Amino acid sequence: MKQKRLIVRSSILVVIGIALAYTFYANFIADHSVAQAGDYSINFVLNDLEGERIELEGMKGKGVFLNFWGTYCPPCVKEMPIMEELYTEYKDQGVEIVAINANETELQVENFANRLGLTFPIAIDKGRNVIDAYGIKPLPTTILIDEHGVIVRVFSGGMTEQMVRDFMEEIKPGT
Amino acid sequence: MSKFTCECGHKNPRGTFVCESCGKPVEGNEQKEQLLDMKYEGVARRSQTYTTTFIDKIWMFFSSVKVGIWIIVVTLVASAIGTIYPQEMYIPPTVNPANHYADEYGLMGQLYYQLGFHNLYSSWWYMLLIAALGVSIFIASVDRFFPLYRALKTQRVTRHENFLKRQRVYGTSAVDDIDRSFDLAKEKLKEKKYNISEENGNIVAEKGRFARWGPYINHIGLIIFLIGCMLRYFPGMYVDEHMWIREGETTVVPSTGGKYHVGNEEFLIELYDEDDEVFKEAMQRAGGPVVKTYQTDAVLYEREDTGAVGSEGELIEVDRKKIRVNDPMKFDSFALYQVDYKLHELNTMSFTLENKETSETFGRVDIDLFNPRSVYDLGNGYRIEIREYFPDYFMNSSNIPTTRSQIPDNPVFIFEMYTPETPEGEVSFVGIRTNLEPVGENNYKMTFVDVETKHVTALIVRKDHTLPFLIIGGIIFMIGLVQGSYWAHRRIWLQRIDGKVWVAGHTNKNYLALRKDIEFAIADTGISTPIDQVEEEEITKDKNN
Amino acid sequence: MATISGNLLYIAFFLYLGATIAFTVSITGKKWRNKQGEVSGNRWGTFGFLFSILGSLFSIGYFVTRWMHSGHAPVSNMFEYMTFLGIAIGFAFVIIYAIYRLDYLGLFTMPIVMLVIAYASMFPGEVAPLIPALQSHWLTIHVITVALGQGILSIGMAAGLIYLIRTLDFTKANKQTRALEFVMYCLLSLVGFIVIGSAFDAMDYEAKFTFINENGLEAEMNYTLPPLVGPNEGQLLTEGVIAPFFNAPALIVANDLNTVIWSMLTGLALYWVLRLVLRKRIGGAIQPILKGVSPQAVDEVSYRAIAIGFPVFALGGLVFAMIWAQIAWTRFWGWDPKEVWALITFLFYAAYLHLRLSKGWQGEKSAWLCVIGFGIIIFNLVFVNLVIAGLHSYAL
Repeated sequence: MKQKRLIVRSSILVVIGIALAYTFYANFIADHSVAQAGDYSINFVLNDLEGERIELEGMKGKGVFLNFWGTYCPPCVKEMPIMEELYTEYKDQGVEIVAINANETELQVENFANRLGLTFPIAIDKGRNVIDAYGIKPLPTTILIDEHGVIVRVFSGGMTEQMVRDFMEEIKPGT
Repeated sequence: MSKFTCECGHKNPRGTFVCESCGKPVEGNEQKEQLLDMKYEGVARRSQTYTTTFIDKIWMFFSSVKVGIWIIVVTLVASAIGTIYPQEMYIPPTVNPANHYADEYGLMGQLYYQLGFHNLYSSWWYMLLIAALGVSIFIASVDRFFPLYRALKTQRVTRHENFLKRQRVYGTSAVDDIDRSFDLAKEKLKEKKYNISEENGNIVAEKGRFARWGPYINHIGLIIFLIGCMLRYFPGMYVDEHMWIREGETTVVPSTGGKYHVGNEEFLIELYDEDDEVFKEAMQRAGGPVVKTYQTDAVLYEREDTGAVGSEGELIEVDRKKIRVNDPMKFDSFALYQVDYKLHELNTMSFTLENKETSETFGRVDIDLFNPRSVYDLGNGYRIEIREYFPDYFMNSSNIPTTRSQIPDNPVFIFEMYTPETPEGEVSFVGIRTNLEPVGENNYKMTFVDVETKHVTALIVRKDHTLPFLIIGGIIFMIGLVQGSYWAHRRIWLQRIDGKVWVAGHTNKNYLALRKDIEFAIADTGISTPIDQVEEEEITKDKNN
Repeated sequence: MATISGNLLYIAFFLYLGATIAFTVSITGKKWRNKQGEVSGNRWGTFGFLFSILGSLFSIGYFVTRWMHSGHAPVSNMFEYMTFLGIAIGFAFVIIYAIYRLDYLGLFTMPIVMLVIAYASMFPGEVAPLIPALQSHWLTIHVITVALGQGILSIGMAAGLIYLIRTLDFTKANKQTRALEFVMYCLLSLVGFIVIGSAFDAMDYEAKFTFINENGLEAEMNYTLPPLVGPNEGQLLTEGVIAPFFNAPALIVANDLNTVIWSMLTGLALYWVLRLVLRKRIGGAIQPILKGVSPQAVDEVSYRAIAIGFPVFALGGLVFAMIWAQIAWTRFWGWDPKEVWALITFLFYAAYLHLRLSKGWQGEKSAWLCVIGFGIIIFNLVFVNLVIAGLHSYAL
């Protein structure tokens, strides 16, 4: 009888404890971002500034360095030349850069790309579909996708050259 | 479980104050003169009986009503503190809260911010308080409901003398014909909708026992409600997104995985007529126009599934609705609410090329601020090129012209003007009320002609799968509350002891009504009206003063 | 229609006055009747009850006609809400009196009804248009239920007050008597506010200032009472009025503060005069009238009122409020100050019920809680509306 009471009480308290612990975890600790490392990347289709069709699925076998940016965001502007420099270096090693602009006008984006002499594909996310699908909040945000289409890292904030290089290394196919 | 046997033969759990069956007060309580403490029928609350293990101690802590009341009081005080200054969600979104509280409310404000009171209701300790309240409600109810249920089920008709004597309403009287009196009283009590039970010529009349379950039912409602609140933090249960849509634009609805898009065909705002006969005076006092209604003519589209998000996939119209405040658009498990608007956002700016000397104008360019072209050919060798465009211009800290956002709140262009007269081009810097010539004097200038604006609507996207819990919890809570508050559990005992009639009454509230019922029942029986021992004491006390 | 509506409210007000007088006579006139030996003691109480029923009927008349005139239920601004609260207390009294037939309750409740209605009349009474968020049937349902709940809870306070005045020992100066005198003083300050506000309003008093507001901009401020406290860096524009003694900082709404100070001073003056005339504590002066009250009976009335009012308040102030908030503001709960204070009121009465049922807090302790509970309700109505502005703050 006494034993039974202890078991009943303990199990009730344990159930309550687990429920509360999970709630607190979900609210205060858990990462709620849509795209998380380990997830499979979400396929998208956009046209770059030259009108070329870019489909993520079509880049299977390559590492993809997905950068979300805007001309009005100073750290985005700052890391563009770094990305350009390393793009030429890592392109042959199977890493592709796709820079997705947050719904600005073509005129601005083209002017910007020309001024900086950017050669990697840049696409404007008209209607913010891709931004929404990946749940991008702050700019810049970089999503690293490996050759199997799996997200290996989500990084928000400006990057130094070393960081960009490390990221490229991370998604270089065959590593 | 160790039990003890009362003289009536009933086995009571250890810790009982009053025998569950006959009501005989347990030894130690027996000889006292005061009224019996009848809450929970004097049953043994198990938690207080067994407190050996750690688990039992936790259980006992939450089972205590005293602890429960303290939790309520602390929650109450904490909630009140949260209203001293506005919470962070109610301060302007553009300001930095770290400075805002200090600037607006001085030292106290700064302290308020540093102690985290600006986000009090989502703080871990406030949530812990609410959680403790929920646990307390649950355990305290479980701990009381079962013993009370058993005690009310096992109660006997014939009660112990000591039990009757120590009820608040109690009296004895000698009657000629007890049988006749009891029969009369029974009839009267039945008239008053009492349930009568008899045993050895003794009577107990009872009504409204279900009111005793009211508190437990309302507590169940509260628990379900609190579980609903808890579920909000579980993934996929709750969506709260904000979206702005310009007239004529279509945007993806956030958190629908790109499936739904919504278009704003037109935004309408209507003000009250300032000469309205009924409202005229009040509007004069308010000193400005009052918004009567605003609405978005919304079209909902579902995107064809192409296996990829982005630019491809046809949008198929599925619904349209005028979304207003208090009248949201619903689809799937989502709802779109009208919450805000921005009127007259710049959309198109028109300029003409003007010869500064002759004031002669050449053509007109209409620049779509959301999709400007790079070249506007005016014919006859006149041509405008846009070298730079800043939708929301400002000069950054290193003195480079740049834009703050993609919203054209302060559009600035750097034009290159080509004419047969100036084939190398002249550069001008044009914005709202600015027209500069940064690289030397020009012969031509871009003259502002016209502007077109559009309204922007703000919608909130909401999905809330916790609502069913809240609704069911709320309904159960209200049922329990009404059940417990609007009905009273009344019992009247009529017993023959030593040739006399003993009357006793108990109710969980409203003794006046119980006494009226007793008076009604014994009216013609010859039984004298029992006294209210509490009132009696009061009167004696008054007389002594 | 607007005039008819206003007149009906006037009539109702005077009926409540009539009820007050009738209840007073029913209690204090006993001795006189005893000498005549004819008139039954209950008759004046019945008159009072009739007056209060008539008052309620005319109040409904006011409510319906104003509704017809404005096209929406008249519960959308301070004047309308306060008036309706007064009416609701009147209703609640009729219900409770029908159960208990306690004349003393009328003696205390009717003046409170009058006081609340008179207080309401201090706010602008024009029919105001509804902003979009308020255009909902839930406005009617939510606000009327809340007001009824608060009205019934107010009866609990009135009964609690009767209990305290009846049982406290006013010959002693202690915490209890001091607290009760403070309650009396608060009521007198409310009277003071109404008296002084109406008086200066009748004289068309006005003093204009220019001042620097909290955003550092120059603005104008109107005073309807002589300025004791001026606004931040205020410059008096009106001639022939007294100049303020000092200026308030920018963060404080100076004319409201000025009104509060006037009310407190008038209340103090009234209290002082009463003490001089009565030569004892006000509670002590009322006590002999209440000799015939059974303390445990009023205790039960106050508990009954709370038990009836609490579910009504919970339904209107929380359940209906949440339903409407979900529809109008997209979320059922947003921690807006008014919502929080409704929750606080709920928690307070929940604590009251638990203390009473489980901890045996009856009689005096319970009576004090009833009075404090009413204080919280009034605080939520007045202070939270006027000072802590939120979504609920009515446009004035």
